[in-house]
Amino acid sequence: MPDQLMQQLADGLLIGLVYSLVAIGLTLIWGVMNIVNFAHGDFLMLGMFGSFWLFTLFGIDPIFSIPICFVGMFIFGLLIYRFIVRKVMKGPILAQMVVTFGVSIFISNLAVYFWTPDFRLLPPTILQGTWHIGGLDLSIPKVAASIGSVIASACVLVFLKKTSAGKAILATEMDRDAALLMGINTDRINALSFGLGSALVGVAGAFLSTYYYIYPQVGGLFGTIAFCVVALGGFGSVEGAMIAGILVGLAQTLGGFFFDPSYKYAIVFSIYLITIWIRPKGLLGW
Amino acid sequence: MASRNWIRVLSATMSLLLILVCSVAAQTPQVIKIGAVYPLSGNIASTGLDNQTGVELAVEIINGKYDLDLPLARTMGLPNLGGAKIQIVYADTKGDPRNGMSETERLITSEHVVAMIGAYQSAVTKTASQETERLKIPFVCSDASSPTLTERGFKYFYRVSPHDDIMAKDPFLFLKDLEKKTGQKVQTVALLNENTEFGSQAGKAYRKYAEQMGYKVVADISYPSSATDVSSEVSKLIVAKPDVLLHASYITDAILFTKTFKEKGFQPKGIITMAGYIEPGYLPAVKADGNYIFVRSTFATDLAKSKPLVGKVNELYKKKYGHDMSENAARSFMAPFILADAINRAKSTNPDAILKALNETNIPGNQLINPWQGIKFDPKTHQNIYAKGTLVQILDQKYVTVWPFEYASKPFVWPFPAWQGRK
Repeated sequence: MPDQLMQQLADGLLIGLVYSLVAIGLTLIWGVMNIVNFAHGDFLMLGMFGSFWLFTLFGIDPIFSIPICFVGMFIFGLLIYRFIVRKVMKGPILAQMVVTFGVSIFISNLAVYFWTPDFRLLPPTILQGTWHIGGLDLSIPKVAASIGSVIASACVLVFLKKTSAGKAILATEMDRDAALLMGINTDRINALSFGLGSALVGVAGAFLSTYYYIYPQVGGLFGTIAFCVVALGGFGSVEGAMIAGILVGLAQTLGGFFFDPSYKYAIVFSIYLITIWIRPKGLLGW
Repeated sequence: MASRNWIRVLSATMSLLLILVCSVAAQTPQVIKIGAVYPLSGNIASTGLDNQTGVELAVEIINGKYDLDLPLARTMGLPNLGGAKIQIVYADTKGDPRNGMSETERLITSEHVVAMIGAYQSAVTKTASQETERLKIPFVCSDASSPTLTERGFKYFYRVSPHDDIMAKDPFLFLKDLEKKTGQKVQTVALLNENTEFGSQAGKAYRKYAEQMGYKVVADISYPSSATDVSSEVSKLIVAKPDVLLHASYITDAILFTKTFKEKGFQPKGIITMAGYIEPGYLPAVKADGNYIFVRSTFATDLAKSKPLVGKVNELYKKKYGHDMSENAARSFMAPFILADAINRAKSTNPDAILKALNETNIPGNQLINPWQGIKFDPKTHQNIYAKGTLVQILDQKYVTVWPFEYASKPFVWPFPAWQGRK
């Protein structure tokens, strides 16, 4: 049994870090713009398909398509912001919610149209196989995705804390009006955050594509968990999303193993409910 | 004011015209509308679209002239109704029982369909058939498999395909046959099922038969089919070390479990499954990792060896869609024939006349693509009394019928070969 405890901890950590990476993009957009991007899961799906097609058509291994997914999804995010989200920023909250919801339905159905609802898996890529270390089985693609998640989050934190553009994002998150008064172009900050948020989820998609099946509705599952992670970690907090992602991953595997797998999501969401009951702003929100 | 009056007059005329058209249509039905609810978008859209191909081909055969032994194949349309054609009106359930219900109501009340087919998912079929029962319209289901569907005493609901209680018994009958044939002993089983209507009913039936037939259940796990990760479920199975795993799943979880079995090296003697593993999206996704898994089935193209009709129908199907007919498409394929046959004998589209004809349905086995004796509905439950299942095994990335042994086209592989060392 102690072996299994370690195995569950490892599995939880591995899936949790992926949740974190998916959630960081969402929390950035949410924190800065106060907009719930319902299309976030679909952006993840686009990242996965991007990596899938780069491999299938051009033979580019997912590990090398990560920068391409990052740039591609950054531009895609900018366009979605510029032509759709920006238009409703001044409108009522309901319009803002509906617009990203609409984008979500549009993207996933377009994906069904172009790519059919079939399930696809990448054939074994550079990252494949399982490591057997000290009685633990660790899937190599999952380990790579987790390391990628840690590196990406560290880069985001450095960017936010050390660069002027990053500091401007944080300032806008804290107080939009004050940031505006200090001469920060909040419209550009919005565009930057939306682009960055999309790019990060694109990277998550590229990593996930190395071991997860890809189909047009795959974003729904991860999207829901990402919302929970963001709310648990605190809106707009990158560190919060990181910790909350790991917590959710651990709750899921430990709960699933030691209790009943039927209840694993119930356990995840009760942790979430209890947290927001005690601390409505989430673990690290302000 | 004047314009408003004008609109009133116009709408009154329109509705009168509509009533007139409808009543004329009722007298000489050139087209008979049948409603079909399937998950055409959403999580299991690939399955719903596959069901749709089976229905489409069936309607083509009924409406056209084909030299096949299927009911009404050799005539154009329905001969007793002046060659009337069948038209299917599709509606999308998105895999949600609520949509199944509302779309069924819409099809009946605004599209005026005379009967319903569908809905693949048991949970959706359950709500959709509540609606047909309320509106007194026949529902012929040939693709949902939860036993409770035919245990409700519904007057308007019929099922052609075997239900999970019948099919949950099959793996155990197979194990008994296997023990006799190979002399190997199987003692313990693990049960794994997704936790909606289909999976939990199948799990219940597995449990019942495991006890009845003397196998020890060492793990009994139910899980949410929309899971993003199943490592804890597979860890539980590894700890339990069963001889045989019995798994009832949908497609996404089937893919996820197969990947996780391999990743963690879960190694029982045999894996016997339901549903998800036989959907057309499964093998293209997992490829060789699906090899040696058993799946319960009601159809496989290799049945053509013992049933030539299967080969002919599959050829037509392949010409139209470019790939072999799947088990799913084959299941949905039968419902339109049963309804067309009943409506033809009823010589009317009146629901009660159709109902009476359905009760008298007696289609012999040689007119079916399934390995059954025929179709005849139990007077009480309306379950096809001849429906039964087969087992196929995935060999070289193809579904091969292996049990009952008289239908087998190749010998089965047992025990499950080790993951390591496979290509």
